Amino acid sequence: MTAAAVPSLALVSGPEEVLVERAVARFVTAAKAAGADVIRVDATGYEPGSLILHASPSLFGGTKCIVVRGLHESPDELQLDLLSLLGGPLDDVSLVVAHGGGMKGKKVIDTLKKLGADVVDCPAIKSDRDKSDFVMKEFARARRKITSDGVRALVEAVGKDVRELAAACAQLVADTEGTIDDAVVDTYHGGKVEASGFRVADAAVAGQAGEALRLLRHAIATGVDPVPIVAVLASQLRQLIKVGAAGRGSSAQLAKTLGMAPWQVDRARRAVAHWSGDGLAVALQAVAAADFEVKGGGRDPVYAVERAILTITRARAGH
Amino acid sequence: MTVWRDLVGQEPTVEVLSHAVRTEGAMTHAWLFTGPPGSGRSTAARAFAAALQCPQGGCGECRECRTALDGSHADVKVVATEGLSIQVRDTRDLVQESALRPSVGRWRVIIIEDADRLTERAADALLKALEEPTPRTVWMLCAPSLEDVIITIRSRSRHIRLRTPPVQAVAELLERRDGVDGPMALHAARAAQSHIGLARRLARDEGARIRRRDVIAMATRIVGVGDAIDAAADLAQIADEESTASTAERDAAERSRLLETLGADPTARTQPPHIRSQLAALEKEQKTRATRHARDMVDRSLVDLMSVYRDALVLRLGSTVDLINPDAMDKVRGLSAVFSAEQLLGCLDAITEARDRINANVPPLLALEAMALQLRVPRDLNH
Repeated sequence: MTAAAVPSLALVSGPEEVLVERAVARFVTAAKAAGADVIRVDATGYEPGSLILHASPSLFGGTKCIVVRGLHESPDELQLDLLSLLGGPLDDVSLVVAHGGGMKGKKVIDTLKKLGADVVDCPAIKSDRDKSDFVMKEFARARRKITSDGVRALVEAVGKDVRELAAACAQLVADTEGTIDDAVVDTYHGGKVEASGFRVADAAVAGQAGEALRLLRHAIATGVDPVPIVAVLASQLRQLIKVGAAGRGSSAQLAKTLGMAPWQVDRARRAVAHWSGDGLAVALQAVAAADFEVKGGGRDPVYAVERAILTITRARAGH
Repeated sequence: MTVWRDLVGQEPTVEVLSHAVRTEGAMTHAWLFTGPPGSGRSTAARAFAAALQCPQGGCGECRECRTALDGSHADVKVVATEGLSIQVRDTRDLVQESALRPSVGRWRVIIIEDADRLTERAADALLKALEEPTPRTVWMLCAPSLEDVIITIRSRSRHIRLRTPPVQAVAELLERRDGVDGPMALHAARAAQSHIGLARRLARDEGARIRRRDVIAMATRIVGVGDAIDAAADLAQIADEESTASTAERDAAERSRLLETLGADPTARTQPPHIRSQLAALEKEQKTRATRHARDMVDRSLVDLMSVYRDALVLRLGSTVDLINPDAMDKVRGLSAVFSAEQLLGCLDAITEARDRINANVPPLLALEAMALQLRVPRDLNH
């Protein structure tokens, strides 16, 4: 973290909390190092006028750094105050504004950008690819090497929450030496796989019984409820049936008529080639039975889902 | 004129109840009315309440009778829920009220129209009041069957069983009370399978008749797997549309009334916290009501669908029982031709299973899909 010169205006925009916190912390440290007073303003409980009060020059001189968090859910008064503050000269005050995305407060953002604010983007980290990139950046910043297998293992183990992922990276950097590969990750996070219902359903629909059951066990062990898993299984099979019955046509057009995303249509098309109509019928009926059992109709919800998965993979093989 | 005039086809029950009104010794403090939906459980309970309040024992004309029948009598409390269940806090209030002496009438009557929707804790809260009643307080509970109420309530109350009224009797009631003409009344009564409320709706609402016809047409339309999924989606959508159409207006009205009561500004973009919490509570209530309504709608469609398979089975077995759908004869014949008796029973089972699953909180669409897949016919019967 470099203690760069304090910019008089900074905009931290994007929904990813971890990155926002880091960016804000960097500015705050820099401001403190420069001897400024740091004043935090919370957008949700904002009292009209207090921003102007904070920004007014102090009797004893000295500089100030005002940090405004959560502009995207701020009341109109705060936005008006910010705009009037930005309209005048800013002496001895630096302003850091965090915005989580969305249209609210757009005028403030535009004004900040026009005035040449330092902009830090904090895009959401959602897909596995984003997470892998994030992990690689983390290690690159700490000047450490990690193999691609290591990245994959780490994302698979603790990738559900970005904050947790960041903490795991920091721990590995602090506790180990040399290149980090999947064996090292395994030492720290071995045996833990954060599986979602989607991964379970993908494996089941692809006919991989063993893989699907393994992922299901992991999902249950990491606190996923059986109910959403069954719901995902049902929706995947439903998509297969819809796409299978729709026949030919471009996937974009099909996506529109079926109310699905084009990539979902393409994926379902690839998968449905291995299925027969009767097989799909048996599979969906098994899921409906499992849903009933999961919601109190049976004694053991996990067993109900397992049985449904086995029926699905068998129905695929039996065509 | 008597209070019993709208309770059709239940002569034995009327006999028992009017005897209890006339004879002090035949009266008891807790009654449990059971019978199939639409047979007139709550009508029976209200009529009984009116007869108890009436100085002439149920003339059907006096003030006491009229107010008791329409539920506005000061000493007749009617409890029904539009949500999914009756909660324990509601029954606790009832128990307190049951301890009071009647104010104007001879009895304090508490009618619980959906005793099957009492949660277990709610039912438990009633037990003491049912067991050691205040003098001159009468409890009347209504449920589809004895198994729908917990055993400790069953053992504390006197059981009155209503039967399915004959189609003819229901048709006569529609003609007499609602002014429906003869053939239509008979058709509606038969199509509704003697469910009085449904028959009335079918007789008077063109939209309901069209919906019923669409549902029945579905039976012969499901050929492939894709058809089954489409049919299930249609069924679920019919229910959804019906339920939002009938509740949206009412929800909005309730919301604006609440805002008015609280003195809030209805045009404000964000309400203050204490009003927001009240609004959230209202929205939650409206949501359970919508869920219940949508489920009821699906259930009604499934009963209609079931009747076609039942008719096909009757035809297949060569039985001489009356058909429910003589107006959809081609579909009934088609089904009985392509399915064996076992397969028809399988279809009926699939529909029953779907109804059970929906009641157990399975998403209606999923339950309907599993059912529709079972109902696939070997070839398209419409061509």
